[in-house]
Amino acid sequence: MIRLEARTEASQKMMLASPLIAALAMLVTGSMLFVFLGQDPFHAFYVYFIKPASTVYGVGELLLKATPLTLCGVGLALGFRANVGNIGADGQLTMGAIAGGCVALYFPDVHAAWLLPLMLLAGALGGMAWAAIPALLRIRYNANEILVSLMLVYVAYLVLSYLVHGPLRDPEGFNFPQSRMFQDAALLPVLVHGLRVNAAFPLALVVVAAAWFFCDRTLAGFRMRVSGIAPAAAAYAGFSERRNVWLSFLISGALAGLAGVGEVAGPIGQLQPSVSTGYGFAAIIVAYVGRLHPLGVLLAALLMSLLYIGGESAQMELQMPSAITGLFQGLLLFYLLAADLFIYYRFKPRLKLAPPAVPVAEPGAPS
Amino acid sequence: MNAEQLIPFLASTASAATPLILAAVGELVTERSGVLNLGLEGMMLIGAVAGFAVTLATGQPGLGLAAAMAAAMGTALIFGVLTLTLQANQVATGLALTLFGIGLSAFVGRGLVGQTVDPLPHLHFPLLSDLPFFGPLLFRFDILVYGSVLLVVAVGWMLAYTRLGLVIRAVGESPFSANAIGYPVIALRYGTVLFGGAMAGLGGAYLSMALTPLWVEGMTAGRGWIALALVVFATWKPRGVLLGAYLFGGVTVLQFHAQGFGIAVPSEVLSMLPYLATIFVLVLICRNPKTILLNRPMSLGQNFRADA
Repeated sequence: MIRLEARTEASQKMMLASPLIAALAMLVTGSMLFVFLGQDPFHAFYVYFIKPASTVYGVGELLLKATPLTLCGVGLALGFRANVGNIGADGQLTMGAIAGGCVALYFPDVHAAWLLPLMLLAGALGGMAWAAIPALLRIRYNANEILVSLMLVYVAYLVLSYLVHGPLRDPEGFNFPQSRMFQDAALLPVLVHGLRVNAAFPLALVVVAAAWFFCDRTLAGFRMRVSGIAPAAAAYAGFSERRNVWLSFLISGALAGLAGVGEVAGPIGQLQPSVSTGYGFAAIIVAYVGRLHPLGVLLAALLMSLLYIGGESAQMELQMPSAITGLFQGLLLFYLLAADLFIYYRFKPRLKLAPPAVPVAEPGAPS
Repeated sequence: MNAEQLIPFLASTASAATPLILAAVGELVTERSGVLNLGLEGMMLIGAVAGFAVTLATGQPGLGLAAAMAAAMGTALIFGVLTLTLQANQVATGLALTLFGIGLSAFVGRGLVGQTVDPLPHLHFPLLSDLPFFGPLLFRFDILVYGSVLLVVAVGWMLAYTRLGLVIRAVGESPFSANAIGYPVIALRYGTVLFGGAMAGLGGAYLSMALTPLWVEGMTAGRGWIALALVVFATWKPRGVLLGAYLFGGVTVLQFHAQGFGIAVPSEVLSMLPYLATIFVLVLICRNPKTILLNRPMSLGQNFRADA
């Protein structure tokens, strides 16, 4: 028999190994699933996980999709560190896209360089404003921020749907529910000619570096971390919970809003009924798989991005269902949570000891 | 507004409330034992797709409902193994369950889109169903509408008056004390998690087999999360779930009846109402921290290990 034994301290090695174990387990399960779907597992594995990233164009797509995942994931990770449960990044992303898109649509004749920064600013503020609602309701009225932020995702989708069906619909768009295409000055420049990855990616890298600095080198970052690990200690030290909630939501809202602008001013190029492919939700997985660390988030975002484009590749080449991507995402997080057990516990063989003849009573020992 | 408009509105309110009641009562029992399962939305989707698929394949709605419960219990079991045995964080695991459920249901249901089944048959009581006004209002529903009300009564009675209910509450308030007097905390929590899963599956199946008898990806549209909010709204008491679910049901179906009532606002605004209402009632209930502190199971969301 084996049994679980609590480690005296959390294992740093397992902390880093666990996402790798989870990714590996997901790949193995994935290959089994390919067999189940009647595919040659090796070929399907190649088409899904290797081929999409083996061309220059593929790498460009990988970085393109990793951008919103990184931006949202970094923001969520900061919040999760402080035990603040913002799961509404998809709504904040949508609101950011609306705000940034409105700027582009409001200045249709502007071709100056200030337009894009203004759009990014508007997007960040839009996401921030949307994230401020659950923060405010949590602080003022003690309302659960997980539920409120999630509800606001659906509201944001509906706001966008209303806008593209009504006020922002392209009058020359044959009644399609979408805005007019943004002018060139309102589109993020691509990094390499012929690829779709754009200036939002280096922006995401800057965000990763800034968040790393914020977490490890500033007092505010330290306060948030302590509040997450040891709430009682944080309260005793006088760290304000309100400030943590506000910081978590405003930062993650702003980053999700930036991601939203990155989508509409990038690959999409207009406002349409849906501007996110579930990036805000996938970012939850990205944050956990990235160990709530900005650098880890970047790596996890690349992995998650590979799942997205691998799914597309497998759909096109092997007619595999597109829903397989969502399945892999869920599996990845399950495996991670299971593997995380070994950070705090380890297996010990259960030793057969002869029971003592007389029960030994230890005075004062807690039972 | 007249009776001819009011009766269909109230009748569809009851139908819209039913999946919320089923899922919320299941979650309520889970939470009373101290386990917070945020995977409700995922389990409902699994139930919806399983119920629909089996009904479509066999033509037997009874088998469909059983399959929905079994499938959702299966996913609840994953949650149980992860949080109860492997000590994973309940919030993170619940989120994982929701994301997994969205992915798995879309994967399983990819061939079912566009098909339809006969909705659950409506019962016909002799005489009663033919009464004017009260007939369509009270006596012409399918079995789960009545079943959900019975479930509320039964669970309320179970929690308040039976030994099992007492043990569930004891485990939820103080698992260490319950363990010390010899109650099997983990086994009991497995039981409540599975019960929560079965009810969520039933609630999901009601969506795909009765309310709109077809399968659409992500068709729960946040109802699992609304059901989670309902448990808070009900301050962890079954009868509160009933009241809350009927209020929400009314708000949800308002969008389909608004035109008849002469309400002229964009449809998107009406569709927002259930979500905004959820936020509103959460604020209303949680505003007073004492309400929550006095009613919330003390160990909610915290893992338990006998030797810890």
